[in-house]
Amino acid sequence: MNGLRAPHLVALVAGLGFLYLPILVLVLYSFNASRLVTVWGGFSLHWYGALLRNAALIDAFWLSLRVAALSASLATLLGTLAAIALVRFGRFTGRGLLSGAVAAPLVMPEVITGLSLLLLFVGAGLERGFWTVTIAHVTLTTCFATIVVQARLVGMDRSLEEAAQDLGAPPWRVFASVTLPLILPGLAAAWLLAFTLSLDDLVIASFTTGPGATTLPMRIYSAIRLGVTPEINAASTILIALVALVLVAASLIAKRNLLPRG
Amino acid sequence: MAGLPPSVPPRKSLGNIRRAFAPWANPAARPLVTFEGVTKRFGGVTAVDDLTLAIYPGEFFALLGPSGCGKTTLMRMLAGFETPDSGRIAIDGQDLAGIPPYRRPTNMMFQSYALFPHMSVEDNIAYGLRQEGQPRTEIARRVAEMLALVKLEGLGRRRPDQLSGGQRQRVALARALAKRPKVLLLDEPLGALDRKLREATQYELMDLQSELGLTFVMVTHDQDEAMALADRIAVMSGGRIAQVAPPEVIYENPATRFVAEFVGDVNLVEGTITEASEAFVSIRTAPEGLVIIADPPPGLHPGAAVTVALRPEKVAITHAEPPQAVNKLAGEIWDIGYLGDFTMFQVKVGGEGGPLFKVALANRTRRVERPLAWDDRVWLSWDAEAGILLAG
Amino acid sequence: MAVPRRLLRLFVVGPPLLWLGLFFLLPFAIVLRIALSDSAPALPPYAPHWEGWSRLGAFLAALDGETFAVILADSLYLDALLSSLRLAALATLLALLVGFPLAYAMASAPRRWQTALVVLVILPFWTSFLIRVYAWIAILRPEGVLNLVLLRLGVISEPLRILNTEAAVLIGLVYSYLPFMVLPVYAALERLDRSLIEAAADLGAPPLRRLLTVTIPLAKPGILAGAFLVFVPAVGEFVVPDLLGGPDTLMIGKVLWTDFFSNRDWPLASAVAVLLLLLLVGPILFFQRLAKGAAA
Repeated sequence: MNGLRAPHLVALVAGLGFLYLPILVLVLYSFNASRLVTVWGGFSLHWYGALLRNAALIDAFWLSLRVAALSASLATLLGTLAAIALVRFGRFTGRGLLSGAVAAPLVMPEVITGLSLLLLFVGAGLERGFWTVTIAHVTLTTCFATIVVQARLVGMDRSLEEAAQDLGAPPWRVFASVTLPLILPGLAAAWLLAFTLSLDDLVIASFTTGPGATTLPMRIYSAIRLGVTPEINAASTILIALVALVLVAASLIAKRNLLPRG
Repeated sequence: MAGLPPSVPPRKSLGNIRRAFAPWANPAARPLVTFEGVTKRFGGVTAVDDLTLAIYPGEFFALLGPSGCGKTTLMRMLAGFETPDSGRIAIDGQDLAGIPPYRRPTNMMFQSYALFPHMSVEDNIAYGLRQEGQPRTEIARRVAEMLALVKLEGLGRRRPDQLSGGQRQRVALARALAKRPKVLLLDEPLGALDRKLREATQYELMDLQSELGLTFVMVTHDQDEAMALADRIAVMSGGRIAQVAPPEVIYENPATRFVAEFVGDVNLVEGTITEASEAFVSIRTAPEGLVIIADPPPGLHPGAAVTVALRPEKVAITHAEPPQAVNKLAGEIWDIGYLGDFTMFQVKVGGEGGPLFKVALANRTRRVERPLAWDDRVWLSWDAEAGILLAG
Repeated sequence: MAVPRRLLRLFVVGPPLLWLGLFFLLPFAIVLRIALSDSAPALPPYAPHWEGWSRLGAFLAALDGETFAVILADSLYLDALLSSLRLAALATLLALLVGFPLAYAMASAPRRWQTALVVLVILPFWTSFLIRVYAWIAILRPEGVLNLVLLRLGVISEPLRILNTEAAVLIGLVYSYLPFMVLPVYAALERLDRSLIEAAADLGAPPLRRLLTVTIPLAKPGILAGAFLVFVPAVGEFVVPDLLGGPDTLMIGKVLWTDFFSNRDWPLASAVAVLLLLLLVGPILFFQRLAKGAAA
């Protein structure tokens, strides 16, 4: 650990450059006045204006936000319950089933998850749209939420809860006054992850949605299929900025909580 | 905060109270905590095995033993974190079966301290009082009292991560004491402190206990800690109690070979009783054929196999043959360990292949040249009362 | 007041178990059921009829493997499966080659930088996957950024055709799943006791030998976890081959999508899904076993 040597620096710059190049290109082109990628037509906010007038895209954005917020909240709730059961309950009937059901969607290709959920919805005669996409996203993201909360619970000193009990707090009060405050950062991280995954999902939403409900990734996908659309660059830049903003805010909040007071 | 105060504070407890305090010897005394035939298994492992024990009010009681001996399980069963498979645990005559940890009259100081990281020192100490639903002013008063008791006035608004290790230990103690439990449980209370701090804290803990008149039950693997603090020590091994007695009895009169070896340094010599009378017994060791004279123990007769346990500091070491000694053995110095306060000699007795005896010699002078050196031929001697006879 | 412990537990275990059973396990049973129906393009939907346990026998008797026979007879599906495995394996290897040096450099960076570096690696993952793949179109196409730069620099005289080839798919896969390789490898390297490498040096091992005999063997659990996290999702990937691949790039995720949305042959799509899953069971068990061996 004696500072960076040249080969390390090359690996870092090359690796991170590879990760950030496409994002940089998108942001750059979103400010290009020209429709053509080959030509730099000067700095312009033209495509942002066009984006704001694109009602279909904006509708899709709001739909996606609603789906993401709702599904992330439900997934965090279910994931927290599952994590508590898996970390704290020791052996119980259904443990194997639960841990399997929590792990399986992680390795399941999205096309299969999407297809199977659609077949269920068709079979059950559910009208497809906002609710079916939300259910599908809860199913997908619960697993990720479980893993995040599980990691937080495992890292927590068990004797803290025992101490609370020892001092006279019944189980539910132990949970509310000790467990919950301590795993809250984990819950926030789980929610953010679930929210982002839902906002980002194209495949499962495509399978499970109905005529009236087109999510943002579906709109973006069909625009890309149609050819070059600088509006999408602008939309992507806004999304990237939004995510960056949320992450910076989250890390600031986390830092403030961690920093000693006074 | 750490370290000893500059001047010695007035004693809060009188030394002779401790000496006179022996409710376990009084048949009329009523124990506060009782374990009756308690057994606890984890899977196939028996952690606590049919254990019976009584702890008296006002006692500072230590559970001492190597890791895995069941001492922690025993304490956790008293706190309510584990349920015994069989047997009965009671406090003040009340059976604790089915009573959850949050309704027991015990409080625990955890080994890791388990201070709530998201609460201030005050909130940590007040936590137990709030569960009782006490009025705010009463809680504030108690918290201030506790902070003064552990000498942490002015630090109430800090978070645990802003405190030193010694300060955290005091907060944990204050939090456990705030509810005035009938029994205070201490899980390796000094384990996380460095040596100097440990010594200072040890005496504070003793004073605190006699001042408050509470019953303390401590779990430790550190014999020094147990010896210094406890009124009585229960030495545990394999889920059972090997011996329960005051520290000096544990050390000078161990009941079993395990206790003799676990607490303090000891020389163990196996042999057979060849002669027994009212005045002494004679033991012949195998295979070396050394003869050892000891005080006669009750119930042992010629032919019985015994182990003689001999503490290193009870043995004298000299160049010249001691004319009067009851027990004397010739040997050769094999190794010398200089430890500052005393020197530990390893002496080979009875020639090549003979046993090594450990002999401790206090360094009472600052002389640098010491008369005893490697390979010196020396004599070891000790009194008849020095050797402890253990059956088997 | 005192709620029985078992009941309390039921309230915790019940909801997630019920949800995942209803929306994950049950749907998969339906897929299996429909995969065993007769192949019939453009005749959806295939609502499964549940007629009670008494009819289970009849239900099972009605199942047949015809759809699977169709798949196995058509080389398109087998080719797509094999090509998916090949591309995913290649992408995993490339991700390791790109990711290991990056992870190694991160682990050897000064400690105060490490958190920032980890955040930098995770950050792109938080931005839309679809958009990041789309960005590669702008970079790789004939009039794209890459060709523009290379032409200006005089490295090439005419634009390279990368977009809509397997190369583009590989770039896209490596790019998309690189953080999944870097993070576990970094975690393994970061945990690695520095004094082990110093001990190897002290015992006379030159740098490359240290890397091969100490660092890599000890980072093996991380490498295996990374390989698993890249390989498994890459096999079933749809977006990358669809946007970056050409007409001749065959990947099973895309085939399934086409069968479903374009050909509307649901039984066939379901059967392909079942086959894909069966295909993944092997690698999953393989990785699990390797990981267990590495942990022991």
